[in-house]
Parts: sequence; structure tokens; C-alpha cells
Amino acid sequence: MENILDVAIIGGGPAGLSAAINAVARNKSVKILTNKSNYLQKAEMVDNYLGFHNISGKKLMQNFLEHVQSLNIAFEYGKVINIMKYNDIFMINCNGEIIHAKTVILALGVVKNNLLKNEENLIGRGVSYCATCDGSLYKGKNVLVYGNADDIIEEANFLQKLGVNVTLITAKKELHDIHKDINILDGVVTEIVGNHKFEAVVINHEEVKADGLFLLRNSIAFNTIINDLDTYNGYIQVNRNMETNISGLYACGDCTGEPLQISKATGEGLVAAQNAAKYIDSLKEMK
Amino acid sequence: MIKYPNKEEFNEIIKNNSLVLVDFYASWCMPCKMLAPVIEEIAEEYDGKVVVCKVDIDENEELANEYNIMSVPTVVIFKKSENIEEIIGLNDKSKYTRSLE
Repeated sequence: MENILDVAIIGGGPAGLSAAINAVARNKSVKILTNKSNYLQKAEMVDNYLGFHNISGKKLMQNFLEHVQSLNIAFEYGKVINIMKYNDIFMINCNGEIIHAKTVILALGVVKNNLLKNEENLIGRGVSYCATCDGSLYKGKNVLVYGNADDIIEEANFLQKLGVNVTLITAKKELHDIHKDINILDGVVTEIVGNHKFEAVVINHEEVKADGLFLLRNSIAFNTIINDLDTYNGYIQVNRNMETNISGLYACGDCTGEPLQISKATGEGLVAAQNAAKYIDSLKEMK
Repeated sequence: MIKYPNKEEFNEIIKNNSLVLVDFYASWCMPCKMLAPVIEEIAEEYDGKVVVCKVDIDENEELANEYNIMSVPTVVIFKKSENIEEIIGLNDKSKYTRSLE
């Protein structure tokens, strides 16, 4: 098999970055898979991270990134659509490309989108999270594109170029570089309609019908990323070693629960990385 | 052994076999490639009990439309010609084998 990473880290916030430097310190090969936006960057002021009082979120994040970059840790910018474990190796579908790894550390942050009504029932039945994955199935059909993803316009353009008739639903006022044939609909989706098959969305109390709906968000709810992952109250269940119920899969930072604080995230990142390193070494011994 | 039937062969297969697992996939679909080894293993393990087929949705558009495939991979299980379960997306092997049992 091609290159297998020791540790794939999903998420480039404080927890993921801390996991990265600590896995590298244990001589493990590491890649960080992340999108480009981050909540810490948006925090105006951080005043409870030891040693850095009165620092802006942006500056602190910059420090973290400089630290990581000084170790030449690889980044891959993209969206992780799903993860599957097969014969002790994790396969990660990141933007339609497969990355193999012995361990995975989820540092996903908090997923701030609530699922829309009916969304879960209709995934794969006309509702898709991935334009590059399912776009070809909608050639010549009418689809709606909706979500907060940074790259939503690129994705809408991609679908339109494939030959899909795209309507972009957005409340954004400024839309740059959008394909001229894409329809724009102003509004917020409150509900998805359909029974076994997607039929329409509800916007401003009115139904808008289509053949499909692409829900493109910056982050995907973790129970749709990997099957059978134990969760509680919307957070990932971990033990003190940051192990999830799936061996080789770790979680750290905001996605494991409150308090949603930087020092907890970096601490958990360290614990997750060290235990992932131990797990990898134990795999070697077994062979 | 995995079969790659066309439409006529497909209809024959589901008519003449009590348990059939069909993996609807596309050549450009990465998750389908991730699922491929799982399907191969199932085909080996259930050899003689379950007929395992793969249908390329681009080459067999009619079949894909007939079964309303809107996402790949989608695995459909037929029992006595009846569509008893549709499993969408990438799942652990156990999810497929549980449905077969």
C-alpha cells in the first residue's frame, strides 16, 4: 500500500496543533487535515492562557502556527467527508482523495451547525454533503446549494460546469466570481421536505422544490464522518487517554466537551498524541 | 466471485437467487474505492450463500435510475427479488454482514 501516515490529525485548531507537535516529538509521521477557518482566530482577546495574558486570538493562533511550521509539519487543506477503519488502517476521504493512517486524532472543534429537520433521514437520498462526490449524479437536474462553507461558490460553480442546474441559496449580499448561469435565492433554509427522497426545502415558509440539495458546511457532524462512534450530549466520548471507543481513534479539544478552552484543548492534544504514539509502537511489537 | 452484470443479467440474477448484494458505484468515486476491498471480502466469505454484484452507475444509468441511486456508494440487498435494504455511503463491514444474516 502507498504511504501510510502514523498520525492523521483532523482539525487545525489548538488541540490539533498541539497533538501534531507532540506526535512529531515522538518521531511519528504526521499530517494535519484542516479547513482554513478557526474559531480562535476570531476571538478578540484571550486572557486565561498561561503565560500569554491579554493576547488576541489571532496573535495566539499565529504563534501556534509558527511553532508547527518550524517543525515542517505537513498541512492538507480540505474537508474530511468520511473515515473508515479497515484491517487496522484508517482510510480518510479528504476532498475525494484517500489518505491512509495508522491512527487518527479528531480535533474537530465544536460543530456549530444544528442539523436541519429531516436532514439525517435524507442523506444519500437527494441530500449530499459533497459536490465532488455526488455531483455527477445530478447532471441535467435541478439542485439547490446551501451552507456556510468558505468554498461554497467554487463548489456551486463546479456543479454548474458539470452540467447541473444550480440554485444557490444564500443570505450573503456579496457574491464574487459566481458562474453567470447560477440562480441566486435569498433566504435561510428552515426545513428539508421529503419522505425517503428529497423533495424540497422550506425558505421563508415557502417550499422550493428540486431534485437534490447540496449542504455545504465548513464542518460536518462527526457522527456522519465515522460510523459507530460513541458520543454524549453531542460531544465525542473519550477516556482519560483521549481514546474513543474505536481503537486507534482519538479525540481532543472542544469536540470532546466542556470547558471549551484553549489550555484544555492543548493539554488533550498532547495526551492524544502520546497515546497514539504508544499505540503505534504496540502495533509494531505485535508484528 | 463478484459479478458485473448488465441490465438483463441483473434482472436474471435477482430473480434467480434468494440473496443478492449489489454495490452501485462509480469509477470517479473515492469512497467507492475505499469500499471495494470490503465488498470483495464479503463476496469471498459468503461465496455460495450470497451473490455479490457491482454495478457501475455510469455504464448502467437505467439501473441506477430504476433503483433511485442518488449517492455512491449505495449497497442494495435483495431477498427473493425484493429490495429489503439500502445502505448508503461508506460503512463498516459489519453493517453489511448484519443485514445479510
